[in-house]
Amino acid sequence: MTLSILIWLPLVIALIAAFVPRPLVGRFVAGASLITLGVAISFLARFKLGHSGLQFVTDKVWISALGIHYKLGLDGLNVALVVLTTVVFSAALVYASFREWDRPRVFYFHFGLAEAAVLGAFCAQDLALFVAFFDLMLIPFYFLTGIWGTGDRVRATTKLVIYTLVGSFFMLAAAIATGALAASQHHTDLNFTFSALQQLRLSHASQEWIFLCFAVAFLVKMPLVPFHGWLAEGYKSMPIPAVAVFSAILSKVAAYGFLRIVLPLFPYASQHYQTLMLVIALVSILWATALAFTTPDARLVVAYSSVAQLAFITLGIFSLRPEGAQGALLQMVNHALVTAPAFFIVAALAARVGGSEKLRDMGGLAFRAPVLASLFLIVALAWLAMPGSSNFVGEFMILLGVFKSKLAISVIAFAGVVGAAFYALRLFISSMHNRLGPNENSREIGVSDALAIVPFVLVILVLAFYPQFLLKRSEPTVSASQNPSVTTVASR
Amino acid sequence: MITLAAAAKVMGPHIDWAALSPILVPAAAGCVLLLVGLLRSPLIRERVVPVLAIVGFAAMLGCAIWRFDHPASIVSDALAIDKLSLTLDMLFAVAGIATVLLSWGGVASRDAGQGEYHSLLLFSAMGMAVFVSSQNLVTLFVGIELLSIPLYILCASESRREHSLESGLKYLVIGSVGSATLAYGLALIYGATGSTDFSGIAGAIAHGKLGVGIAGDPMLLTGLGLAIAGFAFKASVAPFHQWTPDVYEGAPTPITAFMATATKAAALGVFIRFFDMAAFGVHDKWAPLLAAVAAITMIVGNVGALGQSSLKRMLGYSGVAQAGYMLGGVVVGTRLGIQATVLYLLVYLAMNYSAFAVIVAQERELGSSDVGGVGGDDISALAGLGARNPLLAWPITISMLALAGIPGTVGFIGKFQLIHALVDGNYTWLAIVLVIGSMISLGYYLRVIAAVWMRAPAVQPLAAGAGGGLAPIAGGSPEADAPTQTVDPFAIRAIMLVAVVFSAAVIFFGIFPQPLFDLASHAAQGFGSLL
Repeated sequence: MTLSILIWLPLVIALIAAFVPRPLVGRFVAGASLITLGVAISFLARFKLGHSGLQFVTDKVWISALGIHYKLGLDGLNVALVVLTTVVFSAALVYASFREWDRPRVFYFHFGLAEAAVLGAFCAQDLALFVAFFDLMLIPFYFLTGIWGTGDRVRATTKLVIYTLVGSFFMLAAAIATGALAASQHHTDLNFTFSALQQLRLSHASQEWIFLCFAVAFLVKMPLVPFHGWLAEGYKSMPIPAVAVFSAILSKVAAYGFLRIVLPLFPYASQHYQTLMLVIALVSILWATALAFTTPDARLVVAYSSVAQLAFITLGIFSLRPEGAQGALLQMVNHALVTAPAFFIVAALAARVGGSEKLRDMGGLAFRAPVLASLFLIVALAWLAMPGSSNFVGEFMILLGVFKSKLAISVIAFAGVVGAAFYALRLFISSMHNRLGPNENSREIGVSDALAIVPFVLVILVLAFYPQFLLKRSEPTVSASQNPSVTTVASR
Repeated sequence: MITLAAAAKVMGPHIDWAALSPILVPAAAGCVLLLVGLLRSPLIRERVVPVLAIVGFAAMLGCAIWRFDHPASIVSDALAIDKLSLTLDMLFAVAGIATVLLSWGGVASRDAGQGEYHSLLLFSAMGMAVFVSSQNLVTLFVGIELLSIPLYILCASESRREHSLESGLKYLVIGSVGSATLAYGLALIYGATGSTDFSGIAGAIAHGKLGVGIAGDPMLLTGLGLAIAGFAFKASVAPFHQWTPDVYEGAPTPITAFMATATKAAALGVFIRFFDMAAFGVHDKWAPLLAAVAAITMIVGNVGALGQSSLKRMLGYSGVAQAGYMLGGVVVGTRLGIQATVLYLLVYLAMNYSAFAVIVAQERELGSSDVGGVGGDDISALAGLGARNPLLAWPITISMLALAGIPGTVGFIGKFQLIHALVDGNYTWLAIVLVIGSMISLGYYLRVIAAVWMRAPAVQPLAAGAGGGLAPIAGGSPEADAPTQTVDPFAIRAIMLVAVVFSAAVIFFGIFPQPLFDLASHAAQGFGSLL
């Protein structure tokens, strides 16, 4: 079984769903998405430990004139993220299947396309292929937000798409330049595969501007300050399943892009701009923590907290140390496992207070809904990186990495850890405890919410006891990619 | 008897009929159509004539494919039937077939007379074939006139709609200015080099009359500048683009589609042949100028499109911007650049026809914009199309995404190759301008998609009908003034077919682009002197 099956399966399911009777489309797609999940898990099960190189490689020439390969593969960097993607998409689809959507076939088609594109971006081992998937995965969200969103959805989705595509176009130019300049500076044929590009170092001047183009694309997608203009409106307008996926998975593709592309291909520029990137991450942590603590909107608390978390991940990546990168990878998984259920919980809370997501309308919900409250508590504790949770391990490793490379920055970054406790507990207390809100109708968690939230809580608990499961798989690749000469040997 | 014998002895020049066939076939088909169109039976006029036109274009396509592996230089080297011109001939033929299908049962072909309308289309395609094949200044000028004059008439062919007449007149006046500029430029080039032949010009530039190159000759450079202006009029390159939105808006939509794709392809084909062959010796002189023009065009086109409410005007401006992108491939003067431009021309055809087919379908339902109310080409008229008619909504969505350069469509491949050619040819700054232009373009392409999928229909469609009830402004005739019949169901199907086929091609070649690359690299093969 090749990775192609995994990537294209969601799209095939979505196309088949076009012929399923309308009332059954949601159930069909949600059920079939479990097959995708199963396929992904089978890859995880067959993944060989202790190898730093690629496994399950598919390598075909896609466009020979341009040296673009259809090359897919899994290694320590992406194997966990691929499984995570299918988990989050399955949960979001299950959640969506219990709700009514206008024009359901088109809705689920866009979900399938998004999943295929994200899986493609994670598995791609060719720069041009990665760029294609990276741009493509945004388009479904343009439609999902614009058609099924709430509030001023057209404005929000246009802003979202223009912000991210502007970044992507810079990346497109930079990616083509990477291939073309590598070929001309080393007098070889054009080849966009990562393994080939890694051996053709670009000149320092080229690396610098190309690095900046990639950085803009990834920072917009995450987003970090100052590229976050689309965030609040975008996250507010997206339908819940879409925002869960977007925040949990799409932002990770950007962080993954730094690890997969920027660090190995532009080592000089990564070193050169290390301080700049660390400062951007630091400012984002402080800024987002402050906003998450002050915003009156429950959904935006989660949204801003995810900015802070991604800034932490960026911090780990640009510590340029193996510990930092390991922690960043672990934290990517942790954050996705926290943020997706957090959005589902916010939606459940809003449903109990008449649809409002304002914190002041909530309160005292725990009394009538103890199961929901305890699920939320587990998520919240993981969210604020309680010692004992896997998030704690992740943040610890990130800070350790930064501590070893830039002491001053790591000291300030500790403030972000403390801040997380503030905003996570604030959301929990003001919704679950305190006085009852004005028009509240508290009730216990429903089947659909439980089906979407409980799996996440279980995985969080498992990882809390056994974070080594992820670390063992990522370690060989991470330590190899921090030392480019080792990777070169291993990939042969 | 003696005279006859003498005449028999005079040997005519050898005529390579086979190599001429891509030019002769549309001309012959046009003549046949003129005659068949005179028959009175409505069945023949409205069914047989369009079918014959499609047959004519298909034969042209067939001839181009047939001669593809037999490049020839004919008519005392005035015409080069090589892979570049044959590739573009195929493009013209495909555009022609699509245009005939889009005109089926439409107002323009009925008002102008079926025979005349379709034969003018064929004559114009023939002119394009001459234009892109020519490697002699005189043939070049004949070509540009042959392709333009039928188009002037076709623009005005909806003779009872004021805007159509205005569009034809405007195009005639501005097109003539462009032709005059070109003629003056060509005359100066001839004066400087002493040759009308492209290879003669290239030789004169390299070696001059006395063995010294004449690259710095002011007469030559002035001539080149005027020639750029002349071609730029036809390709609607800024700052010679002002006619484009007006003419595109006023002309009958199938003709707009034909002009937007085929005429642009012809003009860019000549840009390639003239500048990268005849004038390549002074590449360092004209390349910076052309690069500046290309950059201005990208920005002007994209910014101009932002504020448009008519889809046809918007596509006009977007076409201006895309012409700027394609000029980039000419500027770098490498084989890769030519490949990229030809590839983009092929891609551009598919992207535009799927959009224009949807506009035609909308106009059949709602009427043209100057009939009153919300016209079919208004962006706001697209509101709710996604729910109303998915078979039209998907093609225009795919077309807009492709024009914006989203992966999974040919637009991405086309832009990828253009940026690659620019970076490779040391024009990275122009690639950056192209990228910035694409960013601006998102603003208007996304607006169309938002209208299709995300807005509720604003007003009830006006039952304006297919332009019936308008009094003739010019050229009325008793049969044409008869009450308009109901919409032909086959016509709607033909339009849908164009929309679906071209948007499917946009996706298919976006995923499997190898055939397009092969075709484009064949077309660039003839330029062996380039890198």
